[in-house]
Amino acid sequence: MKIDSATLNALERFAPQLNTASLLEKVLFYIMMVFVLAGFPALYIQHFEGHYVTGMRDNVFWGVYIVNFIFYIGISYAGALISGILYLLKVEWRKPIIRIAEMITVISTILGPIYILLCMGRLDRLHHLIIYGRIQSPITWDVIAITTYLIGSIIFLYLATIQDFAILRDWKGLKVGKWRHAWYRFFAVSYQDTPRQRQLVHRGLTIMSIIIIPLAVIVHSVLSWIFGMTLRPGWHSTIFAPYFVVAAVFSGTGVLIIAMWVYRKLYKLEDIITEKHFRYLGIILLVLGALYGYFTFAEYLTNWYGSEKWELELIYKLFDLNEFGWMFIFAAFVGVLLPIIIIGVPYFRSINSISFASLIVVVAMWVKRYIIIIPTLETPLLPMQESRMEYVHYSMTWIEWILTISGLAVFCLFFYLYSKFVPIIPVSESADLVGNPNGAKGKDGDIPGEQNKNK
Amino acid sequence: MSPKKSKKGFSRRKFLKNGLSIGIGTAGSAGMLSSCAKSEKKESGERIRVMTTDGKLVEIDAAQLHELEDVVSHEEARTGDPNREYVMVIDLAKCRNARICVDVCQRMHNLPPEDEWIKVFYMQDSEDTAPYWFPKPCFHCNSPSCVNVCPVGATFKRLDGLVLIDNERCIGCKFCMAACPYSSRVFNWREPEIKDTMKDHHGAIETGVPQKVGTVGKCDFCPDMARMGKLPGCIEACPNGVLYYGDKHEDLVSNGTETVRFSDLIYERAGYRYMEELGTRPSVYYLPPVNRSFDPEVGFKDLPDEIRERYDVERSKIKKETR
Repeated sequence: MKIDSATLNALERFAPQLNTASLLEKVLFYIMMVFVLAGFPALYIQHFEGHYVTGMRDNVFWGVYIVNFIFYIGISYAGALISGILYLLKVEWRKPIIRIAEMITVISTILGPIYILLCMGRLDRLHHLIIYGRIQSPITWDVIAITTYLIGSIIFLYLATIQDFAILRDWKGLKVGKWRHAWYRFFAVSYQDTPRQRQLVHRGLTIMSIIIIPLAVIVHSVLSWIFGMTLRPGWHSTIFAPYFVVAAVFSGTGVLIIAMWVYRKLYKLEDIITEKHFRYLGIILLVLGALYGYFTFAEYLTNWYGSEKWELELIYKLFDLNEFGWMFIFAAFVGVLLPIIIIGVPYFRSINSISFASLIVVVAMWVKRYIIIIPTLETPLLPMQESRMEYVHYSMTWIEWILTISGLAVFCLFFYLYSKFVPIIPVSESADLVGNPNGAKGKDGDIPGEQNKNK
Repeated sequence: MSPKKSKKGFSRRKFLKNGLSIGIGTAGSAGMLSSCAKSEKKESGERIRVMTTDGKLVEIDAAQLHELEDVVSHEEARTGDPNREYVMVIDLAKCRNARICVDVCQRMHNLPPEDEWIKVFYMQDSEDTAPYWFPKPCFHCNSPSCVNVCPVGATFKRLDGLVLIDNERCIGCKFCMAACPYSSRVFNWREPEIKDTMKDHHGAIETGVPQKVGTVGKCDFCPDMARMGKLPGCIEACPNGVLYYGDKHEDLVSNGTETVRFSDLIYERAGYRYMEELGTRPSVYYLPPVNRSFDPEVGFKDLPDEIRERYDVERSKIKKETR
């Protein structure tokens, strides 16, 4: 395909990302690699010693793996929000961050289910889910929903990247190995940027962005029903599905802002990912935070006021500073109010402070998932008359710690490696942003890159 | 002596099969076995000790041991007897936490000490209400939440009312443990210590032996014993006749010493099901602890310290709540 001068300009700007790595990148890469590799001995031990090496026991039979699973599926909402909703609303400022958001979605949707596998007793019987599968079980709903969501997200990410693959394939100035070129050629299929092809890709993207929104809502609703369908205090709640969905978009937006901050520093993209992006996403975060806070308030107030025996027992565990009190304060108050204050008051609002608020949000949402799972399992309807304390109270073992940190490292590593393969800013979408700072700061819909597409 | 210690591991399950095959299913144990030994194959000279289903230790010749195919087919084990509906009645007035049911159950099913398929709780609903001992097997609910949520049909409801587990199919997702509101299910967190000869065995649905690592286990109401016309291990074992077991269609339940009409017993003693409000419709009925045979405090006597400790937690909690 023919590459116009604006695209060429952008390519020259982003090419160094693809074939060089700064010292900082190398250091970070090796640190991540160490953490990823540390996961392997832990996996080996857990596989051969059985689940006895984890902190899970008969009462608290689901531990931090399930927490991580909900967390990763939650942050996958970043892509659904930005690429789905903002695409449909034709919001122009989303363009530089669309790929970051989609990558968060794809990587976390792959990583999340791995944690489910970690807490399954018999991995060797995974195929039973298909040969004996029962549609009555919420787990089957989950398998179907997550698989569909993952495939949908991959298609979306691919459709949004295909023009870049074609550009990378046809650009003579790119200095990368033969194999990399072969991959670009493979992924670009035979895209030549003819009007017909462009129209097809555009139509595909529109359809996928419509499909991806209900899919995302279904995935997290079904996930919440794994808990909501049981008769346990704190779980058996009708608002669980929307509550989980809101929490997921909240944490997804948080991760997106953090990722933007990191790539902005790492690849020096200050002129492309601007203060405006942080401010707009920050305001979305604020609204979601308020919504999430409202759900939390409604959920706990109802349970506390109704004061059924077990619900009350659970709530007192959450309020007790010796049990889950600090976690509850962090997840329900700090994680909601602090971001609202930081973003809501213009005086505090800056790129760094919004990113910091997002970090608080993301950590708080992880803690929130922890205090959804563990305290409820520690509050069964029948008393836990166990003489072994490890059967009553859950605490993470080092195996679980390592695998949790290792998963985070895998997430970062995949994210980083993909940005070495394809530019993190879509070249075809925002070619004219480069070297034209006004483009980024202009009004919505004023980005010149759009002109190409609408021809 | 536990079956673990016998020279050549000889499981309850194998014995069961053997026993049935040589036609002693109906009669008890030692004399029969030795007479069979004389009449059949040549003796090898090697004597083996085995435990019979009713817990007696007998010695037979090694030549008498041979493996058989499953007597109960997989299909049969999953459907059960359509003409029966098994129920259990637990008389709370007679329980004094003797814990024999727990021990016998663990021995029968070759369970590690941390897995109790029948548990005995010390219950006190509030400070001013009376405490009582509460034995709790699986309730084999008629509307079982665990069966609903199982993604692979590894746990299922039979026509005779039993909820059983096929631990060759179970994938270990533990969702049934989440769904069960009565904490009836236990997980095999590590490879159970089973005898070498049992290693290659498939887990049998009806006997629940051997348990498999990474799968869920629970009280199965001993359907293998019922097939032999016997009562479950815990029923036979209870020294105080607390537990009754029987068929609702026959309207008879027995605790091993007396057999009574199920409907009369429930009517006269105002029997009830635990936590009826959950809508699970259990197959286990309780008789309220009135006119008790024992003071609840008796239950704490002669308990090993580690078992006593677990009840102390509950007692301190009751005090704390009502403060």
